[in-house]
Amino acid sequence: MSDDNGKGAEKDIGSREQFEEMVKRLELSDNSLIGLYRTMCTIRHFEYMADKLYAAGKVHGTMHLSAGQEAVAAGISQAVRPDDYLINHHRGHGHFIAKGADINMMMAEFLGKDTGYNHGRGGSMHIADFQSNNLGANGIVGGGIPQAVGVGLALKMQKRKEICICIFGDGAANEGVFHEAMNMAALWNLPVLYICENNKYGMSMDVEHAVAKLPIAQRADAYGIPWACVDGNDVVEVYEAMKTAADHVRAGKGPYFVETITYRYFGHSKSDRNLYRSKEEIEDWKRNRDPIMRFTKHLLQSEILDEGQAQEIDTQAEQVIVKAVEYAEASPEPDISTLMEYVYA
Amino acid sequence: MPELSYLEAIRQALWQEMKRDERVFLLGEDIGRYGGAFGLTHGMLDEFGEERVRETPISEATIVATAIGASLLGMRPVAEIMFMDFILLALDQMVNQAAKMHFMFGGRTSVPMVVRMPGGSGSGAASQHSQSLESVLMHFPGLIVINPSTPYDAKGLMLSAIRNPNPVCFVEHKILYKTKGEVPEDDYTIPIGVAEIKRPGRDITVVANNIMVIKTIHVAEKLSKEGIEVEVIDPRTLLPLDTKTIIDSVARTGRLLVVHEACQTGGWAGEVIASVVGSPAFDYIDAPVRRLGGKDIPIPYNRGLEMAAVPQEAEIEQEIRALVGGKI
Repeated sequence: MSDDNGKGAEKDIGSREQFEEMVKRLELSDNSLIGLYRTMCTIRHFEYMADKLYAAGKVHGTMHLSAGQEAVAAGISQAVRPDDYLINHHRGHGHFIAKGADINMMMAEFLGKDTGYNHGRGGSMHIADFQSNNLGANGIVGGGIPQAVGVGLALKMQKRKEICICIFGDGAANEGVFHEAMNMAALWNLPVLYICENNKYGMSMDVEHAVAKLPIAQRADAYGIPWACVDGNDVVEVYEAMKTAADHVRAGKGPYFVETITYRYFGHSKSDRNLYRSKEEIEDWKRNRDPIMRFTKHLLQSEILDEGQAQEIDTQAEQVIVKAVEYAEASPEPDISTLMEYVYA
Repeated sequence: MPELSYLEAIRQALWQEMKRDERVFLLGEDIGRYGGAFGLTHGMLDEFGEERVRETPISEATIVATAIGASLLGMRPVAEIMFMDFILLALDQMVNQAAKMHFMFGGRTSVPMVVRMPGGSGSGAASQHSQSLESVLMHFPGLIVINPSTPYDAKGLMLSAIRNPNPVCFVEHKILYKTKGEVPEDDYTIPIGVAEIKRPGRDITVVANNIMVIKTIHVAEKLSKEGIEVEVIDPRTLLPLDTKTIIDSVARTGRLLVVHEACQTGGWAGEVIASVVGSPAFDYIDAPVRRLGGKDIPIPYNRGLEMAAVPQEAEIEQEIRALVGGKI
């Protein structure tokens, strides 16, 4: 259970001994830890670059950025297999990067180019990579939650070992299909890991004004689905919860529900002027509980990385994003003559 | 050739395709022991088992979403929506999701699913169980809307629908379920997007769908005895719509009437008429082009009111006579 509501002093990250004991218990190698760090840095750079590109007038449409939520994406990805299926929400960049998407193709799609994942038809909100079982982001809040029932059902009927990871936000949990899907996934004992990425706001609506009983994850009790609610800004805690959940699901024991409490730094989308939350609140999260800052402290404290190495990884991540922008900007626009393509298979 | 009812023809298509292709499975409310609200899936649970004749809770949006999710992984789901009216509960999944996935994802996936839904009035089921919503579904590129009028077409179109890589709305008519016709035992398909001239005639083209095809043919047979020859066209697929067959016919007959049960306002007749009058067939049109749709009211319960709410043979006959006789 997460302990805080984002107010107050710097989050106590715990002692070196506690961290090392946890990492040992979870059998996380140094390489895995460094990988988590690299993933989070890459996501952070992608999101800030996206914002920068938008400010420079290079982005045609909207975007939903996940800066501040990187530990959720990284932690999930470390806990599941690369060939597991992913159904994602509209704030999806981080999850796709963590799943190993081609950053060049993502950036090209973001800029609406023909070389993008969707040949410029989808944009930020609909990136998908069917080669890697990434079934895409969804522009309809909660739209993917019931589709995960179908993916889980197919996996079960085909007697396969992959599972379906279905991620949605706190706002989506109030859509009717959430309840239909929880019921059916539990009823049919399907291999679906449901993850509610609670970043505290559904657009401007504070979760406490939108959900009658918190945590959201306790709703799983109504369907007999085991659940957990964890600090989504602690990447190792996220990993641990997801590992437990994914192992349960993969063992054929049915769905599992994990809620991660996190926070987004940017507004909901490009139109957001943050009128519903204070600058102090945003600063508090950035300064005191930033997921990358917290994890970096652990890595330095446990001498898994030194400051130079941490900086180097961060710089490398930034370079990946810069190169992706170069690739995307050099890519052709879709030819207008192809307008009518892809309507029917 | 064996004679089957419209309902039996659809069941035979499902049955044969499930035998042929293990990826095909059914899902829907009460489709197992009960056999579906209209009995269409009767006997299929015993033959194929609970896994492939999957009964669902009353959760229409998730029924369609489950079909979508399973189809993305290579399955060939056929979902039943008990009454077409209930597809409105699942319209987000049908329209925002299924219809757009192939396009929005740049052609890198497809959604090969069929959603069966019986529509239409005539059973005293009143306003929420009697609508003809096919015109609504035609408005969404990416969907296929099939609407058979005969047992033969129903089987052949169902086999095409299941084998098609796109999301298909398979619109049945509940009053047609008991109508009989010759249906080959063999595997055969009818191409999607191809209309059929159900009855050739030189004097007027009448385009009609599902039960209105049957009514119009009755009228045409009657008028034939008086020397009025009505050409009856059944589009069979409403989306994509085979406008060419219709335009070619009107160029021959010079007159056009479109008959459907769906409410007139916003009904698909408008689409047909616009296609014809905007085509070179315009030069051959000898009379006003007309449509005869359902009244713009919800379907009422009372038998007399219900019949009066949708086109009946007498009105179809009156319209044809007026157009052919130059009285409009």
